[in-house]
Amino acid sequence: MKDEISEIVNVENLVYKKTPLMTDNILSYCPGCGHGTAHRITMEVLEELGIGENTIGIAPVGCSVLAYEFMNIDMQQAAHGRAPAVATGIKRTWPHKIVFTYQGDGDLAAIGTAETIHACNRGENIVIIFVNNGIYGMTGGQMAPTTLPGMKSSTSPYGRDVHIMGNPLKMTELVAELPGTRFVTRQAVHTPGNVRKAKRAIKKAFENQINFKEGVNFVEIVSNCNSGWKMTPVHSNEWMVENMFPFYPLGDIKVDGELVNK
Amino acid sequence: MGELKLMKGNEAIAEAAIRAGVDAYFGYPITPQSEVIEYLMAEKPYETTGMVVLQAESEIAAINMVYGAAASGKKVMTSSSSPGISLKQEGISYMAGAELPCLIANVVRGGPGLGTIQPSQADYFQATKGGGHGDYHLIVLAPASVQEMADFVSKGFDLAFKYRAPVMILSDGLIGQMMEKVILSEHTPRWTDEEIIKISPWATTGKPATRERNIITSLDLDSYRQEQHNIHLQKKYKEIRENEVEYEEYMCEDAEYLYVAYGSSARIAQKAIQLGRDKGIKAGLLRPITLYPFPSEAIRRLSQQVKGILSLELSAGQMIEDIRLSVDCQMKVEHFGRMGGVIHSPAEALQALEEKIIGG
Amino acid sequence: MTEEIIIAGFGGQGVLSMGKILAYSGIMQEQEVSWMPSYGPEMRGGTANVTVILSDERISSPILTEYDTAIILNQQSLDKFEKAVKPGGLLIYDGNGISHHPERKDIRIFRVDAADEAGKMGLAKIFNMIVLGGYLKVNPVVELDNVIKGLKKSLPQRYHHMIPDNEKAIMRGIEIIYPVKGS
Repeated sequence: MKDEISEIVNVENLVYKKTPLMTDNILSYCPGCGHGTAHRITMEVLEELGIGENTIGIAPVGCSVLAYEFMNIDMQQAAHGRAPAVATGIKRTWPHKIVFTYQGDGDLAAIGTAETIHACNRGENIVIIFVNNGIYGMTGGQMAPTTLPGMKSSTSPYGRDVHIMGNPLKMTELVAELPGTRFVTRQAVHTPGNVRKAKRAIKKAFENQINFKEGVNFVEIVSNCNSGWKMTPVHSNEWMVENMFPFYPLGDIKVDGELVNK
Repeated sequence: MGELKLMKGNEAIAEAAIRAGVDAYFGYPITPQSEVIEYLMAEKPYETTGMVVLQAESEIAAINMVYGAAASGKKVMTSSSSPGISLKQEGISYMAGAELPCLIANVVRGGPGLGTIQPSQADYFQATKGGGHGDYHLIVLAPASVQEMADFVSKGFDLAFKYRAPVMILSDGLIGQMMEKVILSEHTPRWTDEEIIKISPWATTGKPATRERNIITSLDLDSYRQEQHNIHLQKKYKEIRENEVEYEEYMCEDAEYLYVAYGSSARIAQKAIQLGRDKGIKAGLLRPITLYPFPSEAIRRLSQQVKGILSLELSAGQMIEDIRLSVDCQMKVEHFGRMGGVIHSPAEALQALEEKIIGG
Repeated sequence: MTEEIIIAGFGGQGVLSMGKILAYSGIMQEQEVSWMPSYGPEMRGGTANVTVILSDERISSPILTEYDTAIILNQQSLDKFEKAVKPGGLLIYDGNGISHHPERKDIRIFRVDAADEAGKMGLAKIFNMIVLGGYLKVNPVVELDNVIKGLKKSLPQRYHHMIPDNEKAIMRGIEIIYPVKGS
């Protein structure tokens, strides 16, 4: 048995290796969560574009608050919702650096709505990666701005009643309407095919930042939260496909500054 | 000697920022300090020194823009007035926690709430005791003239970078709106990228292969490490208290009574002292230039000489607590001050000394 | 020498700019100066005032309750500041729109009908310079040369062609100011 493994694990058979832009720290995310994959493909894109040494990342409050433990680049931790303003401060004063934010839905679409809208509207030349799992994961499964109608959470224990609690907010469609966004897309990372597509989208976002002087590149990743949703990882992904995707349909919304016709 | 100009205090801050080689100003308009951003926008320093000037969508966004640029080693500032400074407190606390140098100018107006747009000194507690959440202090400079509004910009940045800490210029609508003669310093060039990396090796400027990644954060979920961080911050504040106290004495040599007043109230106290001396009352003034650190030693020393101390502030009495602590409540210390944007006159300030200290 | 002046009138009468020119003139003759306006909503259509101090020494309080000189351009300001002139001090006012004239006997009172005169001269916009001229006749705190230099400093380049008109207005003010009898 041991011999079999040592025969397989050798340099000639190498088909994949972890990017050096991910640290060796053990991910703090729940098993089954999409964050780890989203982190990895983001860092792979930076490595492939050769911009890791020139990039500054920002992770505000949310499950990904500790992203700086895992992303092996210069990172700033920001106050809840404020990452697009922080990114503005960096990019305006270091215009030749690559700057991105990595935000969750509570952060980007609730407390940070003003910062998101205005950074997008000013056309800051940054990348925003927006992981939307429809719930506040870090604080224990409370209702998020993106929680679906009828969906249960610890602050909507009988399901989200839109007449009392308001409607879920589609920030991605909203920012696509703003003149300051260049590329707006919605992706997922629950299957190998989706991971590849999401990675291509993230790559395009960073390429745009390199090639153009202005315009936000906005990549939403619809993800699961098996802990917050109180489901097994497999079930949560099935539930996401059945419930989240119809409300948050995948695909490009705005490409090269033009809305994609549906 | 530099260029001589007649300027408002607010304009002096803006011009001094351009000349000090500041990299960026992020702000949001609010009376009585909007002249700062108006002046910068009119001067267009982004076409000359390369200084970024941006009007943010809110005070909250502005302070977080400051956070991002400061965390990347840039010389960056914001300004606002009382209600706007309250909004910035979250960001200021984060910056204190993450040890980021920056300059924040507060041109104080009367409160609480939306209050008034007229001058006030009622934000003393907020400025000197922390302001936001957590155990921290800002270094607080209190200009009493338009010249000091200009001078304290580069002084503020020197202190901010020396201690990796946010510095606040605490003025008010009177100093901000008043015009006086000001001698402007020569232009200092902005730091080059190489200089920034050398001056602030901790900054997030992009991780080269030759060093570990730089992380700017105020978070540590491990309480014991967070405690160590707090101990480190407290050590820094102690060092600041030991080394950076600044104050000015006015007619203290023969003083029998002492005013303690800063900023605009210090100017009014000077006039009150002149009026008093015409009547044979020998009063002097101790003017704190740094409010944090507070000149406790100097007040303690003068308390051996004088018969009583009057704290003159445009507030219900905030600095008086620090004065009483300075003299261990061993002598008479009283307060006088108008509130809500009303400015006490020199005559009122003298009358208060006569009634509360001399006659009291 | 220290001269403590309040200039008060309606917003838009050039109260603040007159103060600014005085302050600049003081700088030209190497004096210490301060200029402290009333600011805020009251400026918009309401009354405006500015405290100007010229001194050979460092200036203490820029806010005062008593003045060596009050220059008054409307009734509300006259009502408010007549009593604030120090005994032996100076009050200058424009009679235009004044129904209740100053009455104090312990101060010097001068009248300069600048608004009327400016209308006649076709220089309505710089009527404040006529007032300033009158003031300088009664109390030459700053030299005329320094006023012209101060004007050049305080006016943007694009208005420098108006300096001769300003000078004319100042000269006219010097001619038409007169003491009010009984004061």
